[in-house]
Amino acid sequence: MVTLLYFAGLRESLGVSREQLALPSGNATVSALVDQLRARDDRWTEAFAPGRQWRVAVNQQMASLATPVRPGDEIAFFPPVTGG
Amino acid sequence: MPRVRVQEADFDTGRELDALTEGRTDVGALASFVGLVRGENDGSAVSGMSLEHYPGMTEKALEDICTQAMARWRLIDTLVIHRVGALRPGDRIVLVGVTSAHRGDAFEACEFIMDYLKTRAPFWKREETPHGARWVEARDSDDAAAGRWSR
Repeated sequence: MVTLLYFAGLRESLGVSREQLALPSGNATVSALVDQLRARDDRWTEAFAPGRQWRVAVNQQMASLATPVRPGDEIAFFPPVTGG
Repeated sequence: MPRVRVQEADFDTGRELDALTEGRTDVGALASFVGLVRGENDGSAVSGMSLEHYPGMTEKALEDICTQAMARWRLIDTLVIHRVGALRPGDRIVLVGVTSAHRGDAFEACEFIMDYLKTRAPFWKREETPHGARWVEARDSDDAAAGRWSR
């Protein structure tokens, strides 16, 4: 299992801030995980559609589609940041 | 060790900056930046704002940015205070303070920390406008500003 977190506009459009998820089998990456999320329904397909701007962090470090994910990881999805 | 704080409360700019130099005689330069909430953005009046963040990662990201600055310039200390929660126009949002022996290092490091904070620290602004609330869009100019420092 991994913990998924969603922030800001992404949290609002998906209607979830936190969930637990079983990892895809095999060598899981952020990319495989996002494919699994996109397959849920139209809302998820749209939120993670190609060209949509989103960022991902694995265990609180900025990550990319190729980043491996392992059981126990905390994976966060969010829009580009706008602090300062 | 970078000093980093994420808090809802306002901060006293003078007192925070004084604390960076108190009891020291090796500081020759203190550069600082204060960011404030504007009452207008992208052509709309802004009556208020709420700032969301990613607790845990935010502090790590800010510490990492300060550590990078300390590796890159000759600095004595760095401070970042960033507010979260509900803010009004005119409120302070962020304070960066950098001390060094000479001004060049302090000026550059202060700007670097702000440029990296804008593009790498997990904060999100939601503005209240006459047309309703909206999430602030990231700006390409912020990416360009941060890109200046890569080489």
